[in-house]
Amino acid sequence: MTALEIATAVRSGKRSARSVVDEYLGAIAEGDDDIHAFNMVTAAEARTRADEIDGAVAAGQDPGPLAGVPVALKDNLCTRGVATTCSSRILEGWEPPYDAHVVEQLHNAGAVVVGKTNMDEFAMGSSTENSAFGPTRNPCDLSRVPGGSSGGSAAAVAAGFAPVALGSDTGGSIRQPAALCGVVGVKPTYGRVSRYGLVAFASSLDQIGPIATTVADAATVLDVIGFTDPRDQTNRLPDPKQVSDTLSDGVNGLRVGVLTELSGNGIAPDVAARLQVAVGALESAGADVAKVSVPSAIYGLSAYYVIAPAEASSNLARFDGVRYGLRVDGSSTSDMNTATRSVGFGDEVKRRIMIGTYALSAGYYDAYYGKAQKVRTLIINDFNRVWYGDKFDLLLSPTSPTTAFSLGARTADPMSMYMSDVCTVPVNLTGQAAMSVPYGVGDDGLPVGVQVMAPVQGEPVMFRAAKVLEDSL
Amino acid sequence: MSADLHDVPGLGTPADTEWETVVGLEVHAELATATKLFSASPNRFGGDPNTHIDPVSLGLPGSLPVINEEAVNLAIRVGLALNCQVQTSVFARKHYFYPDMPKNFQISQYDHPINVDGWLELPSGKRIGIERAHLEEDTGKTAHVGGGGRIHEAGYSLVDYNRAGVPLIEIVGGPDLRSAEEARQYVTELRAILVAVGASDGKMEEGSLRVDCNVSVRPEGTNRLGTRCEIKNVNSLRSMGRAIDYEARRQIDLLTSGQLVEQQTRHWNEDEGRTHALRSKEEDYDYRYFPEPDLLPLVISDHKVAQIQNELPPLPQDLRRNLAKAAPSVDADLIGLIVERGLYDLALAAFDQTSGNLRAIKRLRNHFAHDLAGGHGSLLAKALIDLVNMEEAGDLTATQAKKVLAVLVESGGSPQDAAQELGFEAMDTGELESLVDSLIAEHAEEWSRFCDGDGKLTGFFVGQVMRATQGRADGKVVTQLLNSRRG
Amino acid sequence: MGQQRITRAECVHVAALARLELTDEELDRFTGQLDELLDHVAEVEALDLEALAPTMHPLLFPNPLRPDTPGEVLNRDEVLDQAPYVEDGQFRVPPVLGEAP
Ligand SMILES: [Mg+2]
Ligand SMILES: [Zn+2]
Repeated sequence: MTALEIATAVRSGKRSARSVVDEYLGAIAEGDDDIHAFNMVTAAEARTRADEIDGAVAAGQDPGPLAGVPVALKDNLCTRGVATTCSSRILEGWEPPYDAHVVEQLHNAGAVVVGKTNMDEFAMGSSTENSAFGPTRNPCDLSRVPGGSSGGSAAAVAAGFAPVALGSDTGGSIRQPAALCGVVGVKPTYGRVSRYGLVAFASSLDQIGPIATTVADAATVLDVIGFTDPRDQTNRLPDPKQVSDTLSDGVNGLRVGVLTELSGNGIAPDVAARLQVAVGALESAGADVAKVSVPSAIYGLSAYYVIAPAEASSNLARFDGVRYGLRVDGSSTSDMNTATRSVGFGDEVKRRIMIGTYALSAGYYDAYYGKAQKVRTLIINDFNRVWYGDKFDLLLSPTSPTTAFSLGARTADPMSMYMSDVCTVPVNLTGQAAMSVPYGVGDDGLPVGVQVMAPVQGEPVMFRAAKVLEDSL
Repeated sequence: MSADLHDVPGLGTPADTEWETVVGLEVHAELATATKLFSASPNRFGGDPNTHIDPVSLGLPGSLPVINEEAVNLAIRVGLALNCQVQTSVFARKHYFYPDMPKNFQISQYDHPINVDGWLELPSGKRIGIERAHLEEDTGKTAHVGGGGRIHEAGYSLVDYNRAGVPLIEIVGGPDLRSAEEARQYVTELRAILVAVGASDGKMEEGSLRVDCNVSVRPEGTNRLGTRCEIKNVNSLRSMGRAIDYEARRQIDLLTSGQLVEQQTRHWNEDEGRTHALRSKEEDYDYRYFPEPDLLPLVISDHKVAQIQNELPPLPQDLRRNLAKAAPSVDADLIGLIVERGLYDLALAAFDQTSGNLRAIKRLRNHFAHDLAGGHGSLLAKALIDLVNMEEAGDLTATQAKKVLAVLVESGGSPQDAAQELGFEAMDTGELESLVDSLIAEHAEEWSRFCDGDGKLTGFFVGQVMRATQGRADGKVVTQLLNSRRG
Repeated sequence: MGQQRITRAECVHVAALARLELTDEELDRFTGQLDELLDHVAEVEALDLEALAPTMHPLLFPNPLRPDTPGEVLNRDEVLDQAPYVEDGQFRVPPVLGEAP
């Protein structure tokens, strides 16, 4: 069942939220030992919540557009009184004293949180292998990674453990695992969804977004979480448009570009072939598709791997053993800080803290951080030329250069892992919206995702194209 | 020795060189807002530890800063009062690990501060440059337990985050001050401005005003600045003066003995009366500033600046000018003190309504000269004027007036009621005469010496009268009586 | 690969700044990996960036400020309950060796 079908059934009293939640908890209990999508399953809380919703329906109230819908939350979203670990030893057991904005919004819409999902530690990674609690496996093939860093959320949805999930996307962390697991994943426009209560990785790049089995479910969840929140000063998009209302408006007359720099070199042939099929589908639906060059897009990775670690090195300074989480003792506070961080952080997190600290340190700021921020400007300018000069409505590329790779295949070589993000990082740097739509399988029978990119606040049009692609399969 | 050492101002100068002290001050003032700079927990002094905290001020994972509008308004007020340019500013993160800093970075302003390029006028008329006045958040407090509370001997430390996130304005003055006394005047004036515009309560003793001193020396007549040291931990105007004098002396001694002053951060030890090195320039922390990605640039409209400028209350320098004009007979120091102590309104009203009687102003000076807290308590202008008039009419003696004033400041009310409460009814002249006569009879020996012209005995007899009347008698009247009895 | 972009000694310094203690093995490995990444990043040196302003935020919004109205505070017990070591309503830490810079 889709989230919309569940909500309709629960709101009309045809099904109890409790029976829905029990069904999904049963699926998790049966299947998650193999997949390890969850760090924690909140079964008792979920049942209590489901009963509340059933009570509300019985009392003639409408619990909201996600009534009784089980939701899985990436474990970097704060949940009051429920452990939030970011899959890190340093936060193991931390129970935040507050809920993230998106968690409040889901609650108000009648959703039921069933658990916290596994992720690359502090969202740093593209395979969910960088988790202190062990990797998540791809439900389509247990020998493969689910992608990352929201691999647990993508795997949970793909495995049928929850119809929808939330992830966070800093350089592709929603879209890439969605592609590798064969589900829909959305990175909204920067500033559309409040980051309040999202444990920060890179503040100027992070966005929370939905993962779902259908485009319509993703649209419903985005409409629920995408509200202005005064607690996030960067969450001030003027008048964000709902996406559900116009979902079926089609693509007739839209100008769609295939982003050449992200679609040729370095893209696996079977993935590139699926993109061509997608182009055909949009053309048949009346879109005007052409090749488009965004020359600086290929430099996204270089800018990203300076900016994201720099911001991360700063955001992660607060984990010091004083106020919450792990403490490893030392004879002075300074020794204690160092011991705690050295034991508490995993390999990839340490590596990124090192890069970021170096890029911000005296004498290197201009050469690395300053320059990366200028590359960012260049990329924004290039994209803006396409949107506002050449009047393109959407751009297409593969989401990931390859289908799901094998566990361990890229762990020894960080550069090869970083390359997994080449198609997804540019829009994080520009702040634009993008989503991955599952579009068939590659030669290995594993899912391929097509990335639809839109300008800032272009979500309604982006979802229309995604819906056309989904319907064309 | 390196080749350019002959460039070091004052190095190896003869012993009779005249030295000039150069001081620039960095003042941190807590802004008088209701809530913190980036979150809604209360900005309040004291309270049980860790009770004024929220996810933002505690730096919890997932928390985000949101700028307090009132803090921005107060910062602009301060900037305008200091004749600064108000500009678009950018918050930046300043990184260092310290347990009282919840995020291990401080949100401050770095290369784009909200206020730049101003000046402050001392009562002497000298202008001191203000390089910048920027917004930043305060840290929590670390208490060192064991070892008598001394940091290096403590067994462990306890951290309270109530103060974390309190809005600060950091006011960086130019190296334009030339003595400890001038530095004192600067801080005093700055504090008066901060209080006048309602930006801060200016309480150094509660830590709402904190001063770091940059001190260097050079031979008088040279233009280049010497190597400076930054002195931390001066907690009062008095210790600031002592620290500057000590540090200048230390640097002069180094230079005259052919040694170099090393650029350092130094700590003032109040008990020992000396500074000691905390760290050298080479050990300077690498703060890794970068623009705060959770906050957008703070754009302030010209309209807002104009509005705040219009609402700015009169500043101490304006008040001094007004008072000098209204009361030309009062000297500048006294005017300075009146304004500094927040007594301007009282003094002006009293001066006006007693037809320019200086007694009111002198009473105020005598009472408030050592009261560092400032303000005039419960004293109202009308009560002060009545008090002056009562004293003038001989209804109260000087001693009585002083006591009555203390009551008025403490608990308000009218001087008539206060005098009655204290039992200061004016003495009946007849009663006083018979008292004087009986004292003359009692002290015949002293009286004859007084009649022989021993003026010192005036005091003896007045004192006897005062004792007998418990201060109710007017000393001047008693003196007149004594003189008339002598014939 | 061209010249070395980051040395092992620089890595030692950076680790200290970040309060990380790395083993010899980690230092060797990270130095190589960071160098490789920085070498890749150096591709942007080919770009003419002179005339461009840096982008600090992907989007610039109007910047509404927060009214100065007190809101909820956290429950102290709930907060201290999460702390590794607590005494007297405060967070307890080992001795702090120096003053804040
Ligand atoms: Mg300073
Ligand atoms: Zn400061």
